Amino acid sequence: MAKTLFYFIVFPGFLFTALIGLLVSWIDRKVTARVQWRVGPPLLQPFYDFVKLLGKETIAPQAGAKLTFLFSPIFGLAAVTIVSTMLWLVMISPEKTFLGDLIVVIYLLTIPSISIIIGGFASGNPLASLGASREMKMVLAYELPFILAIFTPVIKAQGIIRLGDLLQYQWANSIFLNSWSGFIAFVVAIICMQAKLALVPFDIPEAETEIVAGPYIEYSGAPLALHKLTRWMMLFVVPIFLVVMFMGGILFSGWHILWGILKYVLLLLIIILIRNTNPRLRIDQAIKFFWGPMTILAVIGVILAFLGI
Amino acid sequence: MDLKTKALTKSIWVFHFAAASCNNCDIEILDALTPKFDLERFGILLVGSIRHADVILATGAISHKAAVRLKRLYEQAPQPCLVVAVGSCACSMCIFRDSYNMAGPFDGLVPVHAYIPGCPPKPEAIIMGVVKLVKALKKG
Repeated sequence: MAKTLFYFIVFPGFLFTALIGLLVSWIDRKVTARVQWRVGPPLLQPFYDFVKLLGKETIAPQAGAKLTFLFSPIFGLAAVTIVSTMLWLVMISPEKTFLGDLIVVIYLLTIPSISIIIGGFASGNPLASLGASREMKMVLAYELPFILAIFTPVIKAQGIIRLGDLLQYQWANSIFLNSWSGFIAFVVAIICMQAKLALVPFDIPEAETEIVAGPYIEYSGAPLALHKLTRWMMLFVVPIFLVVMFMGGILFSGWHILWGILKYVLLLLIIILIRNTNPRLRIDQAIKFFWGPMTILAVIGVILAFLGI
Repeated sequence: MDLKTKALTKSIWVFHFAAASCNNCDIEILDALTPKFDLERFGILLVGSIRHADVILATGAISHKAAVRLKRLYEQAPQPCLVVAVGSCACSMCIFRDSYNMAGPFDGLVPVHAYIPGCPPKPEAIIMGVVKLVKALKKG
């Protein structure tokens, strides 16, 4: 019991994911600043942002649903914590996997988006509702190719669906990235990950114009701090999920740890560079993009996986 | 200095409110937020929603319509929220002080914590004003 609490709260659960999430969001801001030829914030900046937000007054709008408004960030935070715990425990000891944990991870990774949607609709603000409805459309758009891409490794491994067994399959044979179907699915998954993390060119729900903040518009103080922390933790957790599915996770023996961290850093750099070099799409362009070219590409990946390539 | 104030001085999110200004001060505020002056290294970010704001950067001699909205905005901002008056019109109404449609300088309507005079103040002056505000916050 105490061990389970330790796993969920300290390592690899909430504290570990939150601290690395702060570090990763700083890396994002620093690399963005360097790309724009400026200096960028100091290392502890996300920590200062978080503490400052905790010290601000929390205001719940009168026209909104107060309890839902105040408690919606907690669902997203809890879901991200559980996913991070599951992924790291599976990487450390793959025999701790259980049947269906891949499906649980996919399901839990949609909950942060749902908490944004709930919070946006509970704000009683028309701009927040608009942002929340765009978030709903984005979830409908990118979940289809994302799930197709995530199931390509399952098909390629002839139906192994436990995360731990998938990891061991990749350690025994080559990583899924080395095959054509895996590579196509990886590209699709990266683009869907960009949408899942609500980063440019798909940050349509939040930064609709730069004037208002979409579903976050009425949030202040501690709930806003939790929303931001959830976003930073997602920036850490979703690429780790992709590393587990396509690149064989992080092997905890000797030099392989460094190699695993480099895999994650590579994904992070791809995300940041896509973020800095693209304009934002309109919502209809984004939906057409995900249901058109991305789904076709994902289906090609699935067909190639069935053929064993 | 307790952790709350220290975090507030290290991470200042500004909200830009232009109350019937001629927009020169607004252009200078925009310039201060560009990569050339890079205010993000001090933790200063521009936010769109008043609920996320720590500092209201207020420009312009306020018209009567803007005064109504200013009072509503100030109440919507979560405390502690500071007001910085940027430009001579915001500090003292300058040449518009006898004008019939202006509702008075900012300190007649909301408490102002820093004044940055100039018409318009250069971005360096705006940064210096923010630094002085941070130093005053650190003192208490």
